[in-house]
Amino acid sequence: MIDILTAAFYLASAVAYLLYLFFQKERVQEAGYFLFGAGFAVHTLGLVVTSVQAGYLPVHNLRETLGLAAWAVALVFLFLRARYRIKVMGVYAAPLALLAFTAAMRVPDLPPTQPEAVYANFWFFAHVITIFLGEAALAMACGAGILYILQENAIKEKRRGFFYRRLPSLEQLDGMGYVSIIAGFSALTLGLVTGLLYSKIIWHRFISWDPKEVWSGISWVIYAVLLHERLVGGMRGRKAAWLAIAGFAVLLFTLFGVNFFMEGHHGEFTRFR
Amino acid sequence: MREIVLTGLNHKTAPVAMRERLAMSRQECMEAIDALREHPHVDEVLLFSTCNRVEVLMAAKDGEAAVAAAKGYISALKGLPVDEFESCLYVHHREEAVRHMFSVAASLDSMVVGEPQILGQVKDAYHLTASKKGTGPLLNRLMHRTFHVAKRVRSETGIGDSAVSISYAAIELARKIFGTLEGRKILLVGAGEMAELAVEHLIQHQAGDIFVANRTLDRGVELARRFNGSAIALEEIPETLTGVDIIISSTGSPTCVITRDMVKPVIKRRKGRSIFFIDIAVPRDIDPAINRLSNAYVYDIDDLKEVIDGNIETRRAEAIKAERIVAEGVVAFSGWVEGLRTVPTIKAVRAKVASIAEGEVEKTLSGLTGLSDEEKAAIRRMGQAIVTKVVHDPIRFIKDGCHNRDESRALSYARSFFNIHD
Repeated sequence: MIDILTAAFYLASAVAYLLYLFFQKERVQEAGYFLFGAGFAVHTLGLVVTSVQAGYLPVHNLRETLGLAAWAVALVFLFLRARYRIKVMGVYAAPLALLAFTAAMRVPDLPPTQPEAVYANFWFFAHVITIFLGEAALAMACGAGILYILQENAIKEKRRGFFYRRLPSLEQLDGMGYVSIIAGFSALTLGLVTGLLYSKIIWHRFISWDPKEVWSGISWVIYAVLLHERLVGGMRGRKAAWLAIAGFAVLLFTLFGVNFFMEGHHGEFTRFR
Repeated sequence: MREIVLTGLNHKTAPVAMRERLAMSRQECMEAIDALREHPHVDEVLLFSTCNRVEVLMAAKDGEAAVAAAKGYISALKGLPVDEFESCLYVHHREEAVRHMFSVAASLDSMVVGEPQILGQVKDAYHLTASKKGTGPLLNRLMHRTFHVAKRVRSETGIGDSAVSISYAAIELARKIFGTLEGRKILLVGAGEMAELAVEHLIQHQAGDIFVANRTLDRGVELARRFNGSAIALEEIPETLTGVDIIISSTGSPTCVITRDMVKPVIKRRKGRSIFFIDIAVPRDIDPAINRLSNAYVYDIDDLKEVIDGNIETRRAEAIKAERIVAEGVVAFSGWVEGLRTVPTIKAVRAKVASIAEGEVEKTLSGLTGLSDEEKAAIRRMGQAIVTKVVHDPIRFIKDGCHNRDESRALSYARSFFNIHD
């Protein structure tokens, strides 16, 4: 029931934001924002209920992992929306949350295969939450990057069409992407550190060269390079936008691709059959 | 019955020389309000003067006499015989005056249709007049409706969304690149009316330091002083480019003043900050190849014209919507004015009190038993008599108001007292 309500709110919000994109009615945008907030509230309630019942954060199959990803996206978007007031980002965030959440609903709810001690651990909780929030922030950075490139092309090619009118300034998009990357990178770093600690506690070693760990390292390095280049070399604008998109592609692969195509202990968290 | 009447001139009816002669300063406006309010033919007055228009809006028993009074006052103030400027004036009565007022505030009558400043100017004028008690119930109501209509036009149509002059188009583009223009540094290369106008607009948007580069340094210094900026030599352009964000160029030079080779190292030094070149010169001053450098954007005069052409099209479509909103506003306002007339108001007052009395009498009668028909009729007669006595004085008040100058005030009080809506 809670799941259906959540999905319904996200769907309504996504529809409202798409209508806003085409018709630019302020009230529709406000409705989308409100519905999204409602969806997030219900979603949070659902997560709390499941967590209390299970005694730990529910992430032992693909259904729950995707659901948590949707929740993290929602939280980060709401934060950025309140902070930066870039309304058009809802056009990206609401369908993204909806997509992740409905995809999650389509996956069967498999029982956990690991002993409870694997999940019911503070470091596990900290690891999963920080990683997911980080990934959601980086998803926003990717979205800001896509919008930046659309807007930059419109200005550079002097084609002031659909997107030119609707998108905010390059400066705002770049700024939002930058903030998202700083936040995402910090959370990702924290997530990796807590992951290492957790690994030490459960498996008694910091790193087991599991493919997920390796790919996480690669994504982390990409974002580290991006931030370094920006701070030292002043890499902004178009290049930074492309790198944010590429970084997120690698991150997505790390999040899902690695679990599907490669072996490793993280596979436990994205089982779907 | 007072009527609303408006006279004035604008950029369509008067050449700039005439507008300059008749334009009034704030001080003059205040004096004019006092003077016209004292005039026996003028009951309410509102006056405003911008660079494109001078308008006198009045409420008066005799519209023609009020217009003559306004003309006479302006003529005396400016030392210009009436027949010298009369041909530039338009006069609108009643609904047409209302429509004109709505159109002006909604920026449908502006030189650049949809430009946003006019509403603020009208508001300022109203506050000024209201502080001098120049307006009364009729004009107060009209002005509130005017702001409402203008706001509706702004929010429900896209009339103000797009730029339709070169300098506005440049600002619009700059805002799409930089977001806010606050603190953005400007370099003006060469001089020229359009370029200077663009710089002025940028200053209005709180742009930061301004540099002026000119072939003759004297002229550069003079311009720089006007904009509160600093003059530089043409040779200093390459190093200045590192620090500035927006470059506006309009020199008479036959070759490019700013070349790709000049800008390429600058882009590196700018550490990825965007740089926007606006080239208003023909032949062009800025190498179009610069547009292909990263984070650099070049718009020449043709590009800007294209922006404007596209925008004018959209504005025309939006203006039709806006006129519909204005027309709705005029109808609503006329309805209100109509309601201010004496007879409907008296009728409404009487009907209201009568309906209350009748309702109460019937309620009481239905609760009483054993009354004969004559007794019931007597009670009903009593109710009617009370109604007649109660409304007698208010009706006198309304009628007296009509004989005095304060008719609309009396009417609007009466309507408020008895809670009668339009």
